[in-house]
Amino acid sequence: MANPLKSLTPLGHDAPITETIGAVTIAENIGTALASLASRLGREAEVASAAKTASIPLPGPGCAESATTYGAIWLGPEQWMVEAPFATHEDIASVLKPIFGETASITEQTDAWVRFDVTASDLPALFERLCSYDLRKAGAGAATRTVIDHLGCYVIARTETEVSILGPRSSAHSLHHALTTAAKATF
Amino acid sequence: MIINHPLLGPRDSQEFVYLGDAALIHRPDGMAEGALDKFIDYTYLRDNPAGVHRELWYHEQGDRSWLVVTRNTVSHEITAVDLARDVARTEGRSK
Repeated sequence: MANPLKSLTPLGHDAPITETIGAVTIAENIGTALASLASRLGREAEVASAAKTASIPLPGPGCAESATTYGAIWLGPEQWMVEAPFATHEDIASVLKPIFGETASITEQTDAWVRFDVTASDLPALFERLCSYDLRKAGAGAATRTVIDHLGCYVIARTETEVSILGPRSSAHSLHHALTTAAKATF
Repeated sequence: MIINHPLLGPRDSQEFVYLGDAALIHRPDGMAEGALDKFIDYTYLRDNPAGVHRELWYHEQGDRSWLVVTRNTVSHEITAVDLARDVARTEGRSK
């Protein structure tokens, strides 16, 4: 008998979906574990040094950074979303807690989000139809929270031609619809 | 309208929520003498200037920071934007 507790992807399938529309590829990505990290008041310097020891980048406002294992996205003053490969860091919050101890608050975020990786040669043309964030001006390494089709999403410019979007998992279909509609309109 | 966020740069005002007069930062001490009168003022009385106004905006669809925006209510010109956290700290209201 098949395992009745088999997990589904955010879009509700067994395996993630990749869709190619013209010059755009929209791929559901389930390979990343997420946890939010917030420095506690007065412990900011300790958080920075603990992160440095553990090779966790802590980028500045409006930026994202990736290192060997960990990546991080700036969420707000002294707050970040830490990324790591799901295969090795499925329990990312309990991996991070010993690193930061009492200096920071860490919350598991993996299953709260759907991640879509969007690749295209002209991404700004697509994103100026989706959100008010100026991707053309932002460039690679920029990351921000903004609104896409009434959904609060993180837009992370990995390179000039690849953007990751973190959106609310419970609205994965709506977000996917918004992305494909804009892609069809653009390319 | 564009709000020039002190950390994130120019952002569309659609991403923000308006609260009101920046004087709302000065919440009275509920345990002090005459607290009732002060809370009546704090809750119900507002200036409604035609001109320069300091007001609280919340970057709800962004980094969720509170801002103190100095805006001209007649022309909508924004002359200054500060993090409410920094404003409160310079007034010695927070650690």
